[in-house]
Amino acid sequence: MRRVTAFNLFAIVLGIVFLYLPIVILVIYSFNASRLVAVWGGWSTRWYGELAGDAAILDAASISLRVALVAASLATLLGTLAAVALVRFGRFRGRLLFASMIYAPLVMPEVITGLSLLLLFVALAIERGFWTVVIAHTTMAACFVTVIVQSRLVDFDMSLEEAAMDLGAPPLRTFLTVTLPLILPALAAAWMLAFALSLDDLVIASFTTGPGATTLPIRIYSEVRLGVKPEINAVCSIFIAVVCIAVLAASLAAKLTAARGAPTRLRTGDLSRLDAG
Amino acid sequence: MHSVGAKPGSAPAAGTARALLCIESLTKRFGDFAAVDRLSLDIRDGEFFALLGPSGCGKTTLLRLVAGFERPHAGRILLDGVDLAAVPPHRRPVNMMFQNYALFPHLSVEANVAFGLKQEGLPRDEIAGRVADMLALVKLQHFAARKPHQLSGGERSRVALARCLVKRPRLLLLDEPLAALDKKLRDATRFELMALQRQLGLTFVIVTHDQGEAMIVADRIGVMESGRLLQVGAPAEIYERPNSRWVADFVGEVNLFAGRLGDDRLSVEGTAAGRLRLAAPVAAEPRTTLWVAVRPERLRLSGDQPAAGEENCVAGTVAEIGYLGDVSVYRVRLADGSLVKAAAANSGGAPAPRPDEPVYLRFAPDAAIVLTR
Ligand SMILES: Nc1ncnc2c1ncn2[C@@H]1O[C@H](COP(=O)(O)OP(=O)(O)O)[C@@H](O)[C@H]1O
Ligand SMILES: [Mg+2]
Repeated sequence: MRRVTAFNLFAIVLGIVFLYLPIVILVIYSFNASRLVAVWGGWSTRWYGELAGDAAILDAASISLRVALVAASLATLLGTLAAVALVRFGRFRGRLLFASMIYAPLVMPEVITGLSLLLLFVALAIERGFWTVVIAHTTMAACFVTVIVQSRLVDFDMSLEEAAMDLGAPPLRTFLTVTLPLILPALAAAWMLAFALSLDDLVIASFTTGPGATTLPIRIYSEVRLGVKPEINAVCSIFIAVVCIAVLAASLAAKLTAARGAPTRLRTGDLSRLDAG
Repeated sequence: MHSVGAKPGSAPAAGTARALLCIESLTKRFGDFAAVDRLSLDIRDGEFFALLGPSGCGKTTLLRLVAGFERPHAGRILLDGVDLAAVPPHRRPVNMMFQNYALFPHLSVEANVAFGLKQEGLPRDEIAGRVADMLALVKLQHFAARKPHQLSGGERSRVALARCLVKRPRLLLLDEPLAALDKKLRDATRFELMALQRQLGLTFVIVTHDQGEAMIVADRIGVMESGRLLQVGAPAEIYERPNSRWVADFVGEVNLFAGRLGDDRLSVEGTAAGRLRLAAPVAAEPRTTLWVAVRPERLRLSGDQPAAGEENCVAGTVAEIGYLGDVSVYRVRLADGSLVKAAAANSGGAPAPRPDEPVYLRFAPDAAIVLTR
């Protein structure tokens, strides 16, 4: 057990305050009765009520959620396949190029990703809207998925797959009955991350969206430019709640899998590696 | 080939049994390094075969080639006369018990054992019945619902074994199945393995680097070194008639005396122990260099002076004594400074020699193993 000293207690408190104070303030102000953002007028749930009548915001939220669900799922599928290829196929021709191409979006400025996708869609004369945002977000999130799943596959005990094949399971069934259940927590974490990335993306979405597909961050940003409205605070608070619940669910799922006997846990290393990107 | 000291209830008389597995001049390279090097071997139906060799000699690689996880660069593997080259691992009627057991961590003991039968698409009740029988056989019926991480090392090894056996494979490959167990458990499991093999009438190939283990369990032993088979034979044959210095030294303890064959072909001259007399003439040119190997337990140690003209008697002084309880191991320094190992049972009688005492080592001519390489 590590000892709790005055210093690391201080460090933890400072870190939490730094990370969460702005969010806490935002949540508190979403319950502000006053219309003026900087003036506290007592507690009220008024803005949540008004939000229910704001069709533009609700529409944007629904689009954002749908984009995030589809993009996260597609990114998890593609990213996992790429990770399997990188870890399992050993040294194939062009592996280095393939790996760097997968990792490039991690460090690529979003403006460039967005602009290049925009040029692509224009060149191919694809009408911009819901699906172009989905494609863009899938592209962006897939590389994060690959990194997470790859780090799990690298220390996956290959003899488990060999044992399954030895006992008569063909390769695909081996993957589905042995590999997949064991890497599921990593896939869940990857999906969650992709979901969150898509949900809060503003830059790429603004390049690739079209009429009728305004995502929530775009809507919020455009409204805030005309001055912060209390409804926006309420939207953001709901947003935060959704993300918190999703993250809790993912870590709970990982815990349950671990309790069922899988030695794999969501490791903080999987995610902290991403900070470099 | 004649079999020496066949075990009771073991495979039918050696030589008459059919070969189940034929390995023909098999080679597997990793880069430039040959892990298995032009290796040929026949495994007979129903036998318990041990592959014995030091760590890194290619034992696991050989098993993985047979199981289908590695592709050979040259050579063939035939099972029941069928070439396995084009058969993927999941279609080979061969099962392997992995060195680390490779139990599925997300499945219960029962589901682990049932896994192989499910792949065969058997009816549900038959699977349940066979799994229950197998769990009873390896005495794990009370652990059926547990996960592998809730088991001890010995229990895990039995799950791994049960998972293979329940498939009733033609050939079971066991990669150091006992290496991870402590000594007492290892001894017990070893006898369980032998009993199971006999009871089920299966063919076992066990890999081990422990020569004692190989001698106990196997009908035949293949001694491997650097990817090659040096000698194949019954345990007693390997121990009493090793075909090279390397085998003699690896299988048990041995004292080696280098010398030249005498003109009568019945003696070896110029060794550290002087002129040594052999029991039978050697089929080699006189004066060729060869080695006389004598096992420590075949050396008699005493303080009695040699009689006039006595042969195979060497003088030395006791350098070290290792007391093991039932036996003591003596290291005796000869006149030229070399050390010789001798083992003597502590069965009372004559007082045991003490350090720095002058002693004489004697051995019968038939205790001398003559080696030409
Ligand atoms: N996948 C591999 N790649 C490269 N070298 C390997 C591989 N597998 C085994 N080797 C090498 O082949 C040799 C034999 O290994 P192995 O069959 O595992 O030995 P053993 O089981 O007898 O200890 C070792 O020197 C090992 O380093
Ligand atoms: Mg090995």
